[in-house]
Amino acid sequence: MSKKTIEEINAKIRSGTVAVFTAEEVIGLVREKGVKKAAREVDVVTTGTFSPMCSSGAFFNIKQPMEKMKFGGGWITLNGVPAYAGLAAADIYVGATAIPEGDPRNNNGRPGKFRYGGAHVIEELVAGKKVLLSAGAYGTDCYPRKSREQRIGFDDMNEAFLFNPRNCYQNYNVAVNLSDKPIYTYMGLLKPKLGNANYCSAGQLSPLLKDPFYRTIGVGTRVFLGGAQGYVAWNGTQHNPGAPRLENGTPRKGAGTLALIGNLKEMSPQWLRAVSYTGYGVSLSLAVGVPIPVIDEDMMRSVSLSDEDLVAPIVDYSRYYPTGEGEDQLGEVTYAQLRSGSIEFRNRKVPTGCFSSYAKAREVADHLKTLIRSGAFLPSQPVSPLPGAKEGLL
Amino acid sequence: MKKTRVVLSFPPDLVEEPITYRLVKDYDLMVNILRATIDPGKQGTMVVELSGEENRISQAFNYLEKAGVNVEPLSREIQHLGERCTSCTACVPICPTGAFEVDRNSWHVSFDSEKCVACLSCLDVCIYRAIEVSLQ
Repeated sequence: MSKKTIEEINAKIRSGTVAVFTAEEVIGLVREKGVKKAAREVDVVTTGTFSPMCSSGAFFNIKQPMEKMKFGGGWITLNGVPAYAGLAAADIYVGATAIPEGDPRNNNGRPGKFRYGGAHVIEELVAGKKVLLSAGAYGTDCYPRKSREQRIGFDDMNEAFLFNPRNCYQNYNVAVNLSDKPIYTYMGLLKPKLGNANYCSAGQLSPLLKDPFYRTIGVGTRVFLGGAQGYVAWNGTQHNPGAPRLENGTPRKGAGTLALIGNLKEMSPQWLRAVSYTGYGVSLSLAVGVPIPVIDEDMMRSVSLSDEDLVAPIVDYSRYYPTGEGEDQLGEVTYAQLRSGSIEFRNRKVPTGCFSSYAKAREVADHLKTLIRSGAFLPSQPVSPLPGAKEGLL
Repeated sequence: MKKTRVVLSFPPDLVEEPITYRLVKDYDLMVNILRATIDPGKQGTMVVELSGEENRISQAFNYLEKAGVNVEPLSREIQHLGERCTSCTACVPICPTGAFEVDRNSWHVSFDSEKCVACLSCLDVCIYRAIEVSLQ
């Protein structure tokens, strides 16, 4: 059985002899050549996803004026969007879903349009624009200033980094509406009586579905994040490696998650976009790409799983999701079925829509492939495994 | 035979006129109503597909304009902003006529204004605000 270390793979990258494929390309390769042969030929497989990831936000350290001010314990807004000011003098956190209070752009009747929020502030800064900082503080002997109003951009910040508590859900629900009224959710507009079924995963390109047991993705793994190089900081919140799994190892519902960190100043609006969900709120869509080193044949096998091999649960967002009442899961479908444009469910043909862009996920995986081939991106050995992999639960 | 899709906007005083009847009876047109919002006392809008002889259609347009009905080509209504679109496909199951379609090889979403009946269902569905309506 052929085995490779990440050091060996990185040596090949440096010498320009590395073989990199996207997670989509290796599906055909393994079908054609078999796992054994493919594992010898392939060094790195790139995954990618581009999707709204609500649990995202950015830390900013704002440069002090001559007369210093302590935001901590006071209040601060950026373009009217409230930021968290419970840290030291100059550190603040802007969450993607924060919205300005009483802003007509957001709540002009129900369902609200949510045209502006934290994600828009983050996107504008990334696009090189300035935003209006307004802040108030109680003033101390060492930080006497009590108010500040100033247009600021990245040049006015010492650091700006994205730090997302939960990204890259390993799998996700397929949302439907069994009620007789349309509902507005974070899975989009769900038409009554099974009018549509919305899903949100890159499936066969999605990072954690291709390394289902977190054998190569762990704390410290270098990733492509919003156009920059970032890192897995920790397991994401709600990380649940114990979710039920198929025989091929992939989870049958939401399971593992990643907390990601990266330099916002290096990111680009091509890979980071604010989104507005009618009737739900603001969120941030992010490109994430994770390289998976093909360390052995088992890795080659899981990384070549296709949409036919991956399943997602169908969940009623009119009742079970919001209230916990009724059936937790109405059924299960493969990503191949979801991608076909409709699913057969309860003797009906239900049209499917997605919130995770497969076209962009493919762009991410292709881009990461180019970066690795050119030596600009080196896959890294995790510093510590994620829970689940660590405890041998899997 | 020619087929054309237009948006007819009626001022309040015309809402009770039998416009559709005139189009059929006087101009020998087939009128397929794709969408209509007509409330007595308010402005009405009707999206129609007209089929008939080309000269009869232009005569009908003259009649409509003289009667005070504003006629606009349908394709002006919905705009798909390609540079904002990420091809997520959320609009695809919502569109009743298949005007938004995804190519299952490239996975890019495209918009065919010929198929659009301007029902506006897609407006609230696009989280990237890549769909806009141009008001006439």
